[in-house]
Amino acid sequence: MAEKDRRLDELRTRIVEIEPRDAYALQAGGAFVIDVREADEIAQGSPPGALRLGRGFLELRIEDAVPDKNATLLVTCAGGVRALFAAESLQQLGYIDVRSVKGGFNKWKNQGLPIELPRTLDAKQRERYARHLLMPEVGEKGQLALLSAKVLLVGAGGLGSPVALYLAAAGVGTIGLIDFDVVDRSNLQRQIVHTDDRVGTPKVESARKTLLALNPEVNVIGHETRLDSTNVEAIFDGYDIVVDGSDNFATRYLVNDACVKLRIPNVHGSIFRFEGQVSVFHPTYAKRRGPCYRCVYPEPPPADLAPSCAEAGVLGVLPGVVGLMEAVETVKLILGIGDPLVGRLIHYDALPARFTELTLDPDPDCKYCAEGAVFPGFVDYEVFCSAPKV
Amino acid sequence: MSKVTVRIPTPLRSFVGGADEVAVEAETVSGLLVVLAERHRGLTDRVCDAQGKVRPFVNLYIGSKNIKSLSGLETALSDGDVLSIVPAVAGG
Repeated sequence: MAEKDRRLDELRTRIVEIEPRDAYALQAGGAFVIDVREADEIAQGSPPGALRLGRGFLELRIEDAVPDKNATLLVTCAGGVRALFAAESLQQLGYIDVRSVKGGFNKWKNQGLPIELPRTLDAKQRERYARHLLMPEVGEKGQLALLSAKVLLVGAGGLGSPVALYLAAAGVGTIGLIDFDVVDRSNLQRQIVHTDDRVGTPKVESARKTLLALNPEVNVIGHETRLDSTNVEAIFDGYDIVVDGSDNFATRYLVNDACVKLRIPNVHGSIFRFEGQVSVFHPTYAKRRGPCYRCVYPEPPPADLAPSCAEAGVLGVLPGVVGLMEAVETVKLILGIGDPLVGRLIHYDALPARFTELTLDPDPDCKYCAEGAVFPGFVDYEVFCSAPKV
Repeated sequence: MSKVTVRIPTPLRSFVGGADEVAVEAETVSGLLVVLAERHRGLTDRVCDAQGKVRPFVNLYIGSKNIKSLSGLETALSDGDVLSIVPAVAGG
């Protein structure tokens, strides 16, 4: 008799084995089914609602998945053998009620119990996103959420460049880009998604090339058009999050108004010379009522009170800082982790190296997002300083 | 009179010789704006309209609080307060 078989016999004396149909019934009553098979096996099907914790990482991840040591854990594998070893290990971690599903997932199927084909990452994706998968706050579930997220970037310029690069790297599955402009050499001091050999080509095309070179599985959708009151709603519809990296007030108000109307979170970044502002405008955020952009700035400045075009330079690195804060907020919203900048604005001043947090309150009389407000329609404000050429 | 630090945003620094902060003594926010108007020609006009109302694309914060959530322009100032003038900026 092999030593392995002696160990199994001995484990069976200490670990309760349970029929799949009984495990299924217990699961309905709140017990946890733990599927310890490998990812390629789980891809062929798994008990619905099972916690899929591969044997290799089981001990490292179980306490995050099931903090309660008194919970009932029903461990399953393919045939019921690996589950015994896994169950013993869980007992050693202090779980009181650990049982092994007899005959494993094979018997589960034979008993006609329901199965689910979970969406899983393939081997290449596991490699690419390995550092995300190591963090319980992201994990496979979070990575799958990123892969199915649809994020629209308004502007493929100074802010849009770092946002696009990092969201593509993070595996955001669909990235929409709106920009009507072509790459100008003066853009390259900060718009790092473009390259010198693409001067004169559309920004949307140039950005698509860079993003696909970084991560070929991202679906990049180009909208090579100028946003206005007639197209904003059709373009925004269907996206989960809009990231505002536009360069003029007219567009920023269209972005806000469409996001309010379609209930899409608006991740805001704006910059001027050495300073930037970042916030998340999301009046329908579930955890607290946030303001929209118009609650904070009800109307844009007229051209004569806005900074003049001649003053509109910007430190090339600044959109990197501000854009990446937008990218972080976007990823947090997709993953549903942390506390987003809803109702808060981070003001960054690069010269003194100072971050200031300001509280943004919803305006109870806001014409766009107040309770019961009737949508007043989109406004095409005068565009000025949209493309400063010195 | 309370001694207050006023943070000047980049677009308005030309009115204060390029400084990012100025020190002002005043009792209230409106009093502070009067002092700024006297001392730095044109600055207050960029923050408030002809009726003296704060313009819709500018906010004034004491610490992290918008004065709209306090007592508006009549909000009393305390020694050491930091008043930030934060206009909307559009660059991207």
